[in-house]
Amino acid sequence: MAKRVAIVGTGQTFHKSHRPDVNGQELINEAVLRALDDADLKMKDIDAIVIGNMDHFEGINYVDCWSVDGSGGTMKPIIKLTTGGTTGCTVAIGGYHLVGSGMFDRVLIIGWEKNSESDTTGAITTAFDPVWDRLVFAGAISGLAAEAQAYIARYGASERDGARVSVRDRKHAMNNPHAQLRKEVSLEEVLASPMLADPIHLLDVCPRSDGACAVIMASEDVAEKICPKPDWIWGTAARHSYSYLGDADYGRLTSMREGSQELWKKAGIKEPRKELDVIELYQPYSFGGLIWIEDMGIVGPGEAPRYIWDGNTDMGGELPINPSGGVIATNPIGATGLIRCAEAAMQVMGKAEERQVPDVNFAFSSGFGGCWWTDMILHGKKKPK
Amino acid sequence: MDRAAIIGVGTTKIEKSKVGETFADMAWEAVNKALSDAGMTIDDIDNVVTTSSDFWDGRTISCMAVGDASGAAHKNVSCVEGDGTYGAFYGMTRSLSGSYKTTLVTGHSKGSQSVSSLITNSAFDSIYERALGMDMVTACAMQARSYMHRTKTTPEQLALVSVKNHGNALKNPLSQLPMKITVKDVLESEMIADPLHKLDCSPISDGCAAVIIAHESVAAKFQQKPVWIKGVSFCADSFFFGDRDLSRAKALTEAAKKVYAMAGIKNPKKEIDVAEIYDAFTYQELMWLEEMGLVDDAMAGKLLEKGEFNIDGRLPVNASGGLLSGHPVIAAGLYSMAAVVRQIRGDAGGFQVKKAKTGLVHGVNGLGGQSHCVFILDQDK
Amino acid sequence: MSDQFQGIEPMVYKSKINVPYSWWAGDTASKFYLTLRDEKKITGTKCAACNKVFLPPRKVCPSCFTENTQWVNISDEGTVITFTVARRQFAAIPHDRKVPVIWGLIKLDGADTAMLHYLDEIKPENVKIGMRVKAVFSEGRKGNIRDISHFKPV
Repeated sequence: MAKRVAIVGTGQTFHKSHRPDVNGQELINEAVLRALDDADLKMKDIDAIVIGNMDHFEGINYVDCWSVDGSGGTMKPIIKLTTGGTTGCTVAIGGYHLVGSGMFDRVLIIGWEKNSESDTTGAITTAFDPVWDRLVFAGAISGLAAEAQAYIARYGASERDGARVSVRDRKHAMNNPHAQLRKEVSLEEVLASPMLADPIHLLDVCPRSDGACAVIMASEDVAEKICPKPDWIWGTAARHSYSYLGDADYGRLTSMREGSQELWKKAGIKEPRKELDVIELYQPYSFGGLIWIEDMGIVGPGEAPRYIWDGNTDMGGELPINPSGGVIATNPIGATGLIRCAEAAMQVMGKAEERQVPDVNFAFSSGFGGCWWTDMILHGKKKPK
Repeated sequence: MDRAAIIGVGTTKIEKSKVGETFADMAWEAVNKALSDAGMTIDDIDNVVTTSSDFWDGRTISCMAVGDASGAAHKNVSCVEGDGTYGAFYGMTRSLSGSYKTTLVTGHSKGSQSVSSLITNSAFDSIYERALGMDMVTACAMQARSYMHRTKTTPEQLALVSVKNHGNALKNPLSQLPMKITVKDVLESEMIADPLHKLDCSPISDGCAAVIIAHESVAAKFQQKPVWIKGVSFCADSFFFGDRDLSRAKALTEAAKKVYAMAGIKNPKKEIDVAEIYDAFTYQELMWLEEMGLVDDAMAGKLLEKGEFNIDGRLPVNASGGLLSGHPVIAAGLYSMAAVVRQIRGDAGGFQVKKAKTGLVHGVNGLGGQSHCVFILDQDK
Repeated sequence: MSDQFQGIEPMVYKSKINVPYSWWAGDTASKFYLTLRDEKKITGTKCAACNKVFLPPRKVCPSCFTENTQWVNISDEGTVITFTVARRQFAAIPHDRKVPVIWGLIKLDGADTAMLHYLDEIKPENVKIGMRVKAVFSEGRKGNIRDISHFKPV
């Protein structure tokens, strides 16, 4: 019989642009110890470990094997999953299936990255096909700029609309002691910041960070004994739809649309705008915060700027997005998707401290990466049927 | 726990260099073979797990290269980085967790496109070890020395593994290196890293394999009689060589213990009919056999000499020719799995063993067999 | 390969990926290497719970999962646990080392774990498991594992 799965504990490091005081394993260990502490469990209680990062950011082969001193994997089952930027969400989904299958009762999930150890753009560029795409691709930002341009052309949005999203997330980060960038920015500051690739300004995008996150999932047989009000996983979806840059439908995130439609159907969500209480969106740049919530079905095509300007996604609004400050405040790439999951879990469990949204019933977390890929998870306070 | 079964397998030929094919071309071939074997179309596949290594492929997000060719464009998909057995394990959990009923698992590698020494050197710790310049070959050579010292296994016994496996490959049209050789040939081949000669080592090959794993509720619906997964377990030892006893494989012993318990096997020596074991190097076949309790400690070399592990022996090991006859890293475990599935179905053609009701599949991850994964497959549920 | 490609020679596109790395050693490894570089001393950390002494030093004990705060001196002499000799000049071997290259796993007196390093000033055929060796430090030391040049027989 498949088991229902809940998150019973989370932990993350205090993310920084670089952490010279620890090597990769030691960084992982910090997040692991915090998650164990949050769940009041010991390493011996963990039945299996799922770990993920993007190989080329640290240049370590067989990371699952290398990590054991820090991840606690010595003499345990440990497995590595990696899917680029979506990795953090992918490993959470991995943990969900490991527990859901009935194989393991308590699984530790780790996402980590020490982006300061390598040339981020150089590494990301190796993701793309060496014969067709790699030579003309200029790192993540160029691709995102193309998407933003296409959206602006299709729906008449503007740079100001993007900037408003940055302002929101940077303000939210002020409530999050784990966030890397904790300084508010104004609309004018965003628009005046250096242009990286039209229309993306410096303050429209994420930093790169050193950080780790750990999440513990447990089966329904033991979850409530560990944590009286755990975060139940209602469903997951992932679409890694494209392989070549030219395949994508620029201005619309097809993977988000397909994946979320599947997720709402599976979970019985009819009106996501009404039924979701909080969203932790893997949003590496501001315009994504406009485009992708339309593809999720929160609002219709072209309607996001108005929705956001009206304050609906701010703290206190109808549907807060990124109370943690999101990716624009913190981005250790392999961990980022898992941080979204952990933040959504904390919202459901009522553990989000200063950034808590009141009365959370359903939370949504996502991962983004690769060639316009999206992974996502629906979290809920009640046990699913 | 619910049960899962393997209902389709597809493998490309293992070759030194598939110069005319990209990763996607290999995946296309393996996936179509698996679908055809199962009597399924891609629409019967609920979700996909690819297995690949960013290091071996020279691209970060290596799964991107094979997603479309594996039919994953509009399906739920994920990627495991590690040996194919780990990919199959994850694929199995996805068929059992209630979300999906059928999972397609692929694994690929093109050794011809990589400089294996540099790639495996990156598995060493960058702060304390990497600069010394060891790689998988020298690491395993060091382990071979340690194992031979403890068990008194001889170079001739190691060589005999190579003779057996390359000889078995003569009956396997998909293998890369079918060869009729002698112990003398192996001992006279170039010494690569003491004590391993060239013929003690597997090649680094190109290949892609795919398996389809289904939940018990649908496993019998398709073309093949299901081959049941009665048990699976994996485990990792310490990372630093200096923390481990290299002459032992603690993690394998632990994983084997768990998998026998899961499969209800009390006497593995008697109850396992056929095995495909990770023989990247000759000493490994002997060492893993002992460490997983299929053979008494330090006895594998002697029993090999008696013919116990030949195709017509008591426990046929690597009847397919093993990795010594063709080794696409990462895909390896799925090739082993496909071979055992074919044995259990009675479909292994030239290298079919007489009795194959219960089979063992073994895969390895990391340096010197740090992490091991073991499956028990069976004709019966 | 299907028939449409008959007579077409496959193109091979040669390329290399170039991703340079600088790894943060962290405080623990930094202390180890500074001591090695400046004092020619080998040190390790000790777990207060299980008393194991780790070389390379660990910040956290992998078994007990508690922080190791105690540093201990480790002898520069030890025993060879196992070894191998590269006969082929593998790509990973640093350019200043020519085959035959001997690596050993050496258990230094005072440490509970062994370390990897070179064995030198000895012919490959004379290396034996169990032999005693001693560290030879490099003249120019930079704070990395090659501040030890190799281990020689005692």
